[in-house]
Amino acid sequence: MKIKSLVISAATVALASTAYIGLSVAFDDDSHDWGDYQVEDRRSGYTYRSAETRALQDDEFENPGMVGVDHGAELWNIAEGSEGKACADCHGDASESMAKVGATYPKFNAASSKPINVEQRINLCRVENMGAEPFKYESGEMLNMTAFVKNQSLGEPVNVVIDGEMAPFFEKGKEFYYERRGQLDMACSHCHEDNEGNMIRADHLSQGQINGFPTYRFKWQKLGSVHRRFRGCNKNIRATPYKYGSDEYVNLELYLTWRGRGLPIETPAVRN
Amino acid sequence: MTEKLQLVVSNRRHFILGATAAATLLSLPKLGFAEDNGWKAAMEGLVGSSEADANRVSIELPEIAENGNTVPFSVAVESPMTDEDHVKAVHVFATGNPRPDIGSFMFTPANGVADASSRMRLGRTQDIVAVAEMSNGQVFMATQTVKVTIGGCGG
Amino acid sequence: MAKVKPRVKVPKKASVGDVVTIKTLISHKMETGLRKDKETGELIPRDIISAFEAKFNGATVFSMNLHAGISANPFVSFPMKVTEAGEFEFIWNADGEKTYSKKAKLKVA
Ligand code: HEC
Ligand code: HEC
Repeated sequence: MKIKSLVISAATVALASTAYIGLSVAFDDDSHDWGDYQVEDRRSGYTYRSAETRALQDDEFENPGMVGVDHGAELWNIAEGSEGKACADCHGDASESMAKVGATYPKFNAASSKPINVEQRINLCRVENMGAEPFKYESGEMLNMTAFVKNQSLGEPVNVVIDGEMAPFFEKGKEFYYERRGQLDMACSHCHEDNEGNMIRADHLSQGQINGFPTYRFKWQKLGSVHRRFRGCNKNIRATPYKYGSDEYVNLELYLTWRGRGLPIETPAVRN
Repeated sequence: MTEKLQLVVSNRRHFILGATAAATLLSLPKLGFAEDNGWKAAMEGLVGSSEADANRVSIELPEIAENGNTVPFSVAVESPMTDEDHVKAVHVFATGNPRPDIGSFMFTPANGVADASSRMRLGRTQDIVAVAEMSNGQVFMATQTVKVTIGGCGG
Repeated sequence: MAKVKPRVKVPKKASVGDVVTIKTLISHKMETGLRKDKETGELIPRDIISAFEAKFNGATVFSMNLHAGISANPFVSFPMKVTEAGEFEFIWNADGEKTYSKKAKLKVA
């Protein structure tokens, strides 16, 4: 058992406790063997959730996010747009063509000279290769298609390129992560690095890993994207959230993907 | 402002920071079976009485639910499940929700055994009641407390 | 997940006398009727799956009444004692007289 020390400025505490946060510290259970869900000191959010929540994720049938994956599988075969093509017409069997995608994005996109995530890659195909309307970012179609594509990489260790032309974007994402913001003047790192393993109100703070997105959250009662989670974490410290698909969030997604390198893709993960 | 605060040790498991946080923790709803949000009337409507022996029926729930929106549960009744002697229904009530009704499972002898699972919504920490109706008219009940915590971050 | 989609899991094969578990899940928001629209302040009308029924070779073997206290994307599992091969039909009834259904075969070894 180890006790983590927790130091926060008085101003933060005053604001935080009246507004939203009552931090309390619990002991870490370091003895558990989390198998693939832990790589060195990197632990999936899965390992911070209750046995019941983990069981829901583990059961391919009972996992409520799988309904979205099923719907994505249907969309994969439906022709749309001026070219009259479906994803399957160009990419064939997703279990082969998409096997690595979920674990290797965000990837550099030469045309826009910046990294793009899976959602944006899907919309590129819809617009440029299918002549179809892009999916709206947090729409059911987008979430379900993204979940379907990423689910093809289930269990695949996260492995994202961060050097070369990706390097400056990676640095920006890292800066964002450590930058204090919002009325509560907190950075992502204050919760997910300094207080990981502690209790925040009744919630067990994880490392904020993103290897399970889109994730089915009980709170949302549906699948949600990683950018939705970023927005939520920004709002909770009274900071203005960025737009879905914004450069800021894609850079942050890149950095966080790297923080979870080696962890298995869990899409669709189940969280509280 | 860089003044540092010390943690206050309040018990073995939690070190509470700040009086407001402590107050939040202390104001957790009290457990207890006394409350009645209409579940007794609902039970009476279905089985004719709001009392029954605690026997043969059981309800399984997590001790602590991470989020009240999705709380897995199962019910089970000891019964031979024959044409002559079987479980007709199990009704489930939440004694601390705005509305007590959760659901009713209707069994037949074709099930072989009487158990079923689903997921319920719980507004807060409370007792859950399961009421079994047998084919001979007998009624049994069981109760189980579940503690509901609410997720912190991420609208 | 605007589209309502049922999923069912029936063992592909079973032996006579076995008790098998049937699992079902349907994507549905289970709108309670108690929530207010954040913008207009008006109550969002109730829209739930209120009944589920499982038939085997035409006879009802299990059913359930669901209330708004059942979670979104309702999951229901129940047992079945295998007596013969046949076909399940699962039927979900939602508010507004909407009905969804799905069939699944059970083979006997
Ligand atoms: C007309 C053919 C065509 C259609 C239809 C199409 N794509 Fe693509 N897709 C491509 C091509 C070509 C590439 C590779 C582009 C490149 O490498 O720059 C690609 C790349 C991708 C990638 C990235 C793969 C990787 O390894 O990085 C994903 C993901 C993807 N498509 C998803 C989809 C989805 C989902 C659909 C349906 C909504 C779809 N595509 C429809 C042609 C198509
Ligand atoms: C005030 C504390 C706090 C801050 C600051 C905070 N978060 Fe969170 N975050 C939480 C809590 C609580 C949860 C839910 C429990 C958990 O998984 O840690 C969470 C969950 C997450 C998750 C989901 C993890 C999973 O396994 O699905 C991600 C991703 C995340 N946060 C990212 C961020 C990012 C990025 C930032 C900075 C922009 C941030 N958080 C800032 C408290 C915080």
